[in-house]
Amino acid sequence: MSVVEVLFLLLGLAALGSALLVVSTKNMVHAALWLVVTLASIAGIYLLLAAEFVAWVQVLIYVGAVVVLLLFALMLTRAPTGPQPDTTVARVLPAAAVAVLVAALLATTVVAGFTGVRLDLDGAVVGSAATTGETIFEKWVLPFEVLSVLLLAALVGAIVLSRLRTDDTEDRGRPREQRDAQEVRR
Amino acid sequence: MPLWWPLLLASLLFAIGVYGVLVRRNAVLVLMGVELMLNAVNINLVAFDAHLRDVLHGGQTFALFIIVIAAAEVGLALAIVLLVFRSHGHIDVDRLRGLADRDPPTEPSGGDGVTAHSALTGPGRTR
Repeated sequence: MSVVEVLFLLLGLAALGSALLVVSTKNMVHAALWLVVTLASIAGIYLLLAAEFVAWVQVLIYVGAVVVLLLFALMLTRAPTGPQPDTTVARVLPAAAVAVLVAALLATTVVAGFTGVRLDLDGAVVGSAATTGETIFEKWVLPFEVLSVLLLAALVGAIVLSRLRTDDTEDRGRPREQRDAQEVRR
Repeated sequence: MPLWWPLLLASLLFAIGVYGVLVRRNAVLVLMGVELMLNAVNINLVAFDAHLRDVLHGGQTFALFIIVIAAAEVGLALAIVLLVFRSHGHIDVDRLRGLADRDPPTEPSGGDGVTAHSALTGPGRTR
């Protein structure tokens, strides 16, 4: 067993274990922090699979930006930092059944379909920044530009949504019961 | 390494993400499950890019595109989550039923003229 295989197994086990903790821990902030471990392990797997630039983008955007956004959302929505009775047996059982079915279906499909196929990484072209840049700006220019327009649209949409104050800007100072009463009268 | 190792890892991560989306009630935690699923798909793309020796590097490029789309999705989704929190006071996806397709409620404020605004802010505020 080569070094790459051992590293892949270790990173894969770390990713799976921390992903299980992301979906099962009762503490919401801990879930976001375990997500960091999962995403960093996946970045290491990208490095092993000769996708260097994707790995660093994963670290920058996912570990850097997305997790920080999620943590901000948890704090701005005043998520309780203590343990939460979020999951009951009546919710866990059907969800676990569906997840196990999905896992069984996908796993049997990929294992049956690709048994015996070797992933030869010795001569693979490493997707460094130079390679990826040449590829994107020579072969994938149009999707890249469309994607930048989409990112701009999403950004404008997020700004508009967060400036949207429904129409109760004027009675924000009053307690919620009065606003509710006004809502019922309306 | 065998090709099915990364594929199996991606399948299991996807299943864990499905479990997270189904079992969580907090909208932000549901988003974390969606992120897990997107990352599982990215592992598939990168593994097949390395396996097929794609001269266009389609797998890695699409993985990058998916990361960008996921960032856009998270930004937009968190704006919606904060808006829902401001109007409802919670982000419990089980209790957000303002857009459900069902019979109009019997309370006097409901009735037939359910506008988009009252659908957004209606049920959660009259608890």
